[in-house]
Amino acid sequence: MSTETVNPVTGKIDEQALVTKANRQDLRFAIIGFVVLVVVMATLFALVLDFMIDGVPRISGEFLTNYPSRRPEQAGILSAWVGTTLVMSATAMLAIPIGVAAGVYLEEYAPKNWLTDIIEINVTNLAGVPSIIYGLLALGLFVQIFRLGQTILVAGMTLALLILPIIIVATREALRSIPLETREAAFGLGADKWQAVWMYLLPAGRPGILTGVIVGMSRAIGETAPIITIGALTFIAFLPPAPLQDTFPFVNFDWLNSPYTVMPIQMFNWISRPQAGFHVAAAATGVILLSMTLLMNGLAIYIRYRIRRSSR
Amino acid sequence: MKQWTTLLAAGTLIVSALTITTAIAQQKIITVDGSSTVFPITEAMAEEFQKTNKGIKVTVGIGGTGGGFKKFCRGEIDISDASRPIRDVERADCQKNNVEYIELPVALDALTVMVNPKNDWVKEMTVAELKKIWQPEAQGKITNWKQVRDSFPDRPLKLYGAGVDSGTYDYFTAAIVGKEHSSRGDFTASEDDNVLVQGIAGDINALGFFGLAYYLENASKLKAVAIKTKDDSKAVLPSVEAAKDGTYQPLSRPIFIYVSKKSVETKPEVAKFVEFYMDNKNAQKLVKEVGYVPLPENAYNVFMQRFKERKLGTAFHGSKIGVSIGELLKTPLVN
Repeated sequence: MSTETVNPVTGKIDEQALVTKANRQDLRFAIIGFVVLVVVMATLFALVLDFMIDGVPRISGEFLTNYPSRRPEQAGILSAWVGTTLVMSATAMLAIPIGVAAGVYLEEYAPKNWLTDIIEINVTNLAGVPSIIYGLLALGLFVQIFRLGQTILVAGMTLALLILPIIIVATREALRSIPLETREAAFGLGADKWQAVWMYLLPAGRPGILTGVIVGMSRAIGETAPIITIGALTFIAFLPPAPLQDTFPFVNFDWLNSPYTVMPIQMFNWISRPQAGFHVAAAATGVILLSMTLLMNGLAIYIRYRIRRSSR
Repeated sequence: MKQWTTLLAAGTLIVSALTITTAIAQQKIITVDGSSTVFPITEAMAEEFQKTNKGIKVTVGIGGTGGGFKKFCRGEIDISDASRPIRDVERADCQKNNVEYIELPVALDALTVMVNPKNDWVKEMTVAELKKIWQPEAQGKITNWKQVRDSFPDRPLKLYGAGVDSGTYDYFTAAIVGKEHSSRGDFTASEDDNVLVQGIAGDINALGFFGLAYYLENASKLKAVAIKTKDDSKAVLPSVEAAKDGTYQPLSRPIFIYVSKKSVETKPEVAKFVEFYMDNKNAQKLVKEVGYVPLPENAYNVFMQRFKERKLGTAFHGSKIGVSIGELLKTPLVN
């Protein structure tokens, strides 16, 4: 207790001074916090605005339906955005089931012993490993040892590895935050463990799991380093084979074995070209990439909102 | 189960994004990887080639000259883009894996020495002066323009240059310092030449070097320095013409593609693409369009002949400095 809050005459604690001091501290922190927020948001806003001004006028239907070209004004990002969509689909198809399953196992089934502890520590640490490390791992393992080539499947596998820790950690957090009563109620109704997990815990944990998936996918969509390492190509003027076809069995997975490019790589290439026209195209690609990320997040937030409302 | 319908809707959206990809039968793909310097030329060739040859697909990567040769010598790609000749270690690597190749010079690049447009004291420099600035011994010592030549003003000297992993850096050091990959370390290095353009355009004391294409696109923001091979020789400004007729020395360098013999024999589309690439008319037009210097008229015909006869091997042992295309045409090939 500091001396200024003690009344020198009576020797008693001056409550009024104590309150005033606490209020002043609150105010000081609020001001610092606000200033930091303004600085950060203004920087972000200025950056986004800057490339919006450069990029938005360049966006047109043709920009989205043209292949890259040596002529900056004709260059488009068709192969890049289709590539990004396909790579992200492959990533989601691999990372979400495996990540959620691993999270459920670790949280609900795994015996509590030293092995589980080691796995837990490693999973948490992996979430912080720089993405280039995953790229090098994938280059050595998938491309050079397994000889899977430079395909969409390998890109999906690599990015799935990258975001698995995020999804696993989010799944576990979500399951842990479910009140014990839910579990007990399920068991009370005679559900076995599998039924409790599948019918009660997973639905209740869905908002949290979905948040993890959003964070992971948003990280994956902007990744350049690991994708370059495993050999995404820069100039591609064709699309992978369609996943759907009009003859039996109506779906095919040839696209997984196709060469590809993605939007961050297209940007990277255009930014380093001498012609100013390519720099504008790179800014426009950035705007599209940002919109795709926002759209993906928006969709996920909407789904989460619907789930929350319906599970009440 | 209302939430599942929402999930279903999201799924449908993704699936519909997938469906716009077109169905293609068995694919004919030509794979090219390597130097980012050669990339714009190969990109232009691939773009035009695919317009007239529907069904054949060309992919071009930018793994760097070294990265390109690594894949090439493992037999993973058909063509390697290279901004310098194949090195002895890479040749050994190729030999080990039985990858034989045809070396084809496709264009010239003129490395350009650049200063700020407000710099009124430099018009031309000799190779010796540039060596004085760039050699490893200059590190921390040559830091003022006056130290380079007495008539220069007393101003700090700020250096900018291509990143040390690039073929551009290798060639510049070989041509100026006399030893490949050897220079002072205290300069602003960037793999992205646009960073160098910005740096030199904003600094009156700057001196830097990079490829001609970046200078031509930013000619209003930069000033090129004429180069004198010796003290008494004529100062030559970098230009497409000067590089083509061989007077811009020693900073003009040939850039190459290396074609795998096996790919040519097993994939007829690869031979077709290379013949399109080396066609004099296509090359003259497209190489110039992307900011590089085309080889002289007859050179493409000679190299086309070399390709058609499938003459293997390289004319080089490491970077050769000041080699004219005339000489290049005569140099015997070794495996």
